[in-house]
Amino acid sequence: MTLLSFSTPGDFLRHRTKSAETAKAVNLLPKPPFPAQRLLGPALVLVLWYVASEAGWISAAKMPGPDAVVTSLIEMVSSGTLATDIEASLQRAVLGLAIGVVAGFVLAVVAGLTRLGDALIDGNVQVKRSIPNLALIPLFIIWLGIGESMKISIIALGTMIPIYINTHAALKGIDRRFVELGQTVSLSRYRFLRHIVFPASLPGFFTGLRMAVTHSWTALVVVETINATSGIGFMITQARIYGQTDVVLVGLLLYGVLGFGSDALVRLLERRALSWRQSLAQ
Amino acid sequence: MAPVSRPVSQVKAPVVRISGLRRSFGDNVVLNGVDIEIGKGEFVALLGRSGSGKSTILRAVAGLDSDADGQGVIDVPERRSVLFQDSRLLPWASVIDNVVLGAYDADARQRAKAALREVELSGKEDSWPKTLSGGEQQRVALARSVVRDPAFLLADEPFSALDALTRIRMQRLLQRLCQRHHPAVLFVTHDVEEALRLADRIIIIADGRVSYNEPIAGVTASPTLFETARNDILERLGVSKS
Ligand SMILES: Nc1ncnc2c1ncn2[C@@H]1O[C@H](COP(=O)(O)OP(=O)(O)O)[C@@H](O)[C@H]1O
Ligand SMILES: [Mg+2]
Repeated sequence: MTLLSFSTPGDFLRHRTKSAETAKAVNLLPKPPFPAQRLLGPALVLVLWYVASEAGWISAAKMPGPDAVVTSLIEMVSSGTLATDIEASLQRAVLGLAIGVVAGFVLAVVAGLTRLGDALIDGNVQVKRSIPNLALIPLFIIWLGIGESMKISIIALGTMIPIYINTHAALKGIDRRFVELGQTVSLSRYRFLRHIVFPASLPGFFTGLRMAVTHSWTALVVVETINATSGIGFMITQARIYGQTDVVLVGLLLYGVLGFGSDALVRLLERRALSWRQSLAQ
Repeated sequence: MAPVSRPVSQVKAPVVRISGLRRSFGDNVVLNGVDIEIGKGEFVALLGRSGSGKSTILRAVAGLDSDADGQGVIDVPERRSVLFQDSRLLPWASVIDNVVLGAYDADARQRAKAALREVELSGKEDSWPKTLSGGEQQRVALARSVVRDPAFLLADEPFSALDALTRIRMQRLLQRLCQRHHPAVLFVTHDVEEALRLADRIIIIADGRVSYNEPIAGVTASPTLFETARNDILERLGVSKS
């Protein structure tokens, strides 16, 4: 889209007559998306990768082509090791995310709606926010050991923060006019929460949820390199030791697919829950 | 003709009694002893210059002024509705859910449908408020007010954001609704003609007090009466005849 720029009054007039002839307003928004349009970019990258490796522009030892990766993927699927690793990873991510989402939401509601809660919770969360989540790993290893509970706790703690921050901000930013409306129709406190506060904070919650989902995969990658015996991260670490570049790539591919898929799922949920919103990205 | 302001106690069997209402924001004394009484089914229009305290009165009477200091007696029916300048519809609730907001008895939805029929919005029950025009949104707000079957309706310039044609339609609609449901009405407006068209009585607020309080029944009957009353009120609001 080009923006019109007028250098002289004459220019301006010419544009005016022209737009009067065509009589069509400039469309300032991008064209509506077509189905699966987001897959187009990744597909192009795949094609380039394939062409580059077929043509021998990149060494097969450092970066095998997509066909080699697919071959090892099929092998790993049929031997069943892949399913075990994916299941272990998914379990950690989903469990950690679930705990983080519930905790973040409950804390945001308590801090957002009660003065005591705000005093007790908000300061602590702000402090926690400025400590990188992954820097807490040593402490958690001392407390919880190197098992599953440490891994899940790290993911939960990290995902809690974006849920809390965004939900809390949405709760604090509720339009005063709607609060007045609730007063004039004599809503009970419970109905006020259900019909006004909760729906008003939902957009913030979903923003937080998308960030939390992304974070859960990031945290997973890190915690799975610590004494894991299963999981995609473990699989990648093993493959690096044995120099199996194709397996490393399968692992990365899986992270990509899982991350992309889970984000798409959250976006779908968001669209369902917030169907009343009309916005640019519909 | 210069009508003498009558004592408010002339109102028969008032359902709304406001007396000695004082409100201030810091050192700014906005209301300094306002007395208003409204009878059953009576339509009172409240006029005044911008900043004279019309909204302050309305918010005090509606119980929405926790941020103001003041005193006074406010005796109003429990069953009351407020119409705001904006339609104030919840964007995440369908039209019918907006109308039933705050009404939870068994037949609330049935009454909401009837109210939507009254404001000529049948068939829009499941629409999102954002998909309606400004006038339609304000009609939903009207339905939300009616569904509570109010004994007292408060309105703060509810039609001032609408275009001229829509405004006239809304005025007629409000008139019909009032004839059917008979609430006492306190209607804030800055539009003198609107006040003359709708009200049984006009109150002007100036310098924190009621400066004019007169029944105007019958002025719409003749263009001459209407014109005279209009000029009289405009003069009292400080707009001299051209
Ligand atoms: N919340 C508030 N805080 C401080 N001053 C206010 C507030 N609300 C109204 N006022 C003041 O009270 C006066 C009357 O306001 P308002 O009742 O809104 O006037 P009107 O509705 O007649 O135009 C104005 O001077 C305004 O600045
Ligand atoms: Mg006002």
